[in-house]
Amino acid sequence: MSFILLHFNYVAVAILMMAGLFVVVSSSNLIKRMIGLAIFQTSTGLLYISLGKVSSGTAAITVDAASPEKQALANHLDPAYVAQYGVAGVVYSNPLPHVLILTAIVVGVATLAVGLAIAVRVREAFGSVEADEIEVLSRLESAQAGSQA
Amino acid sequence: MIALPSSLNANLVIGIALLVMLLVVAGAIVRTRSLLAAIILFSIYSLVSAVWLVVMDAADVAFTEAVIGAGVSTIVLLGAILLTRGEVEKPGWRALVAPALVCAGVGGLLIYAAAGLPALGDPASPANAHVGRAYLEAAPKEIGAPNIVTAVLASYRGFDTLGETAVIFAAGIGVALMLGFGPHASPLPPAATIGDHHVVLRVSAKFLIPLIALFALYVQFHGDLGAGGGFQAGVIMAAAIILHALVFGLRDTMMAVPPRLVRSIAALGVLLYAGVGVACMLNGGAFLDYDYLFPPAFEKQVPGWLLGDPEHAHHWGQHFGILLIELGVLLTVAATMLTIFYGFAGRTVEAIRQERGA
Repeated sequence: MSFILLHFNYVAVAILMMAGLFVVVSSSNLIKRMIGLAIFQTSTGLLYISLGKVSSGTAAITVDAASPEKQALANHLDPAYVAQYGVAGVVYSNPLPHVLILTAIVVGVATLAVGLAIAVRVREAFGSVEADEIEVLSRLESAQAGSQA
Repeated sequence: MIALPSSLNANLVIGIALLVMLLVVAGAIVRTRSLLAAIILFSIYSLVSAVWLVVMDAADVAFTEAVIGAGVSTIVLLGAILLTRGEVEKPGWRALVAPALVCAGVGGLLIYAAAGLPALGDPASPANAHVGRAYLEAAPKEIGAPNIVTAVLASYRGFDTLGETAVIFAAGIGVALMLGFGPHASPLPPAATIGDHHVVLRVSAKFLIPLIALFALYVQFHGDLGAGGGFQAGVIMAAAIILHALVFGLRDTMMAVPPRLVRSIAALGVLLYAGVGVACMLNGGAFLDYDYLFPPAFEKQVPGWLLGDPEHAHHWGQHFGILLIELGVLLTVAATMLTIFYGFAGRTVEAIRQERGA
C-alpha cells in the first residue's frame, strides 16, 4: 500500500502527460493543440518536483540554526533522521529541480505565445485554424500554382 | 525505501488529493468541445498545480506557476481565440482510436517504469543525496543568500539563466514580428474601450494597480531572502500594466507605457545581465563570477563597518551580482510579457476595426 502511495505521483504525471499528448494528437484545432502541449509541459515539471521532494523537508530557504523556526521544524522529527539527511540541523527539499522548472515555466509561456502567434497568422492566411482544413487549402493552393506554371 | 509514518503523513494525503483534482481537470480539458472552457479549465489546472507545488516545498516554482499559468497564459490564450474564432468540432470516434491507443500504450510503459523510480520523499535517492545536498551545503558559505533556489539560479547556474532570459527575449521579438507591436495608425474608437458604467471596476483597479506594482518590487528585492525573484516579479509587474489596459483601454496604456520603450527595456535587461558577466571578466574573474564584480582595489576602500564581519565580506560581490542580474531578468521578462500582450491586443484592435470598416 505504501509503495503505491509513494509512487502515485509518477502515475499521475504519466496520465497527465498522456492527456496532453492525446489532445495534441487528436485535436485538429491549433489552439486546443497548444493547450495540450502546455499540459504536457507542466506534467514534466511535476515529475521533476516530485523527484526533488525530501520527506519531512522544508523549502530550500535556509533558517538560522538558533532560530525558533528551526526548533519548530526539528521538534516533530527523529533526531537521527535530521542528523543523517539534514544540513546544519534542518532537512530541506532538493533546490535543483525547482531552479530548472522555474525557468522552464517562464520559457514555456513565451514559447506558447509564439505558437499562438503562428496560429493567428495561419488563420489570417487560410481563414481557419483547423489542421485538416488547412491541409486541404494548402493542397489546393499548390495545385493551382502548379497549373499556372 | 523509507518507512511510512504510522499515521499517514498529512502532506502525502494532501498531495495525492491535489493530484486527483489535477487529473479530473485535465480530463475535463480533453473532453470539452468549447475552447473558452478549455482555457478557463487550464487556468484552474495551473492554480491547483501551484497549490500542489507548495505542498512539495517548491515555493518559488509555485509562485511562478500561479502568476504565469493562471495569469499570463490565460490572457494570451484568450487573445488567441478572440483572433482565430475557432470552435472545436466533434471528431468522429474513429479518428480518436489511433491516438487513444498510442497514448494508452506510452502511458502504460511510463507507469511501468515509474515503479523503478525512487519513492516520493526518499532522502537517499541519487538526486537528493548528492548534487542537491552539495548545493545546500555550499551555497550558504559561498553565496550567502538564504534562498538556495535563487543562489543556484542566479549564481551557480547564472550562465544557464542568461540563456533562458535570452530565449524569452527572442520569443517576445518573434511574437512582435508576427503580430506587430500594437495597433498602428489612429487610436481606437472609444466604443472598443470599456464604457463609463464600469465605475466600480475603474475605482478598484486604480487602487489595485499600484499595490500590484509594489508587490512586484517586493518580490524582486526579497528574492534572495525568501521565495521570489526576477522571473516572478517581472510577470507580476507586467500583470499590473495589463490590468490597466484591460480596465482603461489599450490606447491609454500605450500612451503611458509606449511599445517603443517596452522594446528597449526588453533588450536592456539582457544587456544588463550579460554586462555583469563581462564586468566580472574585466576584473579578472570568469564570466558571471560575481566574486570579481568589484575590483579588489575598490573593496579595500570600502569602510569596514559597511562590509560587516570579515567572514561575510566576500559575499558583497555575490550579493550585488545577484541583485543586478535579477534586475536584468525583471526588465526582460516584464517587457517581453508586455510586448506579447501588445502584439495580441493590437491585432484584436485591428481586427475589430476591419470588421467595422467592412
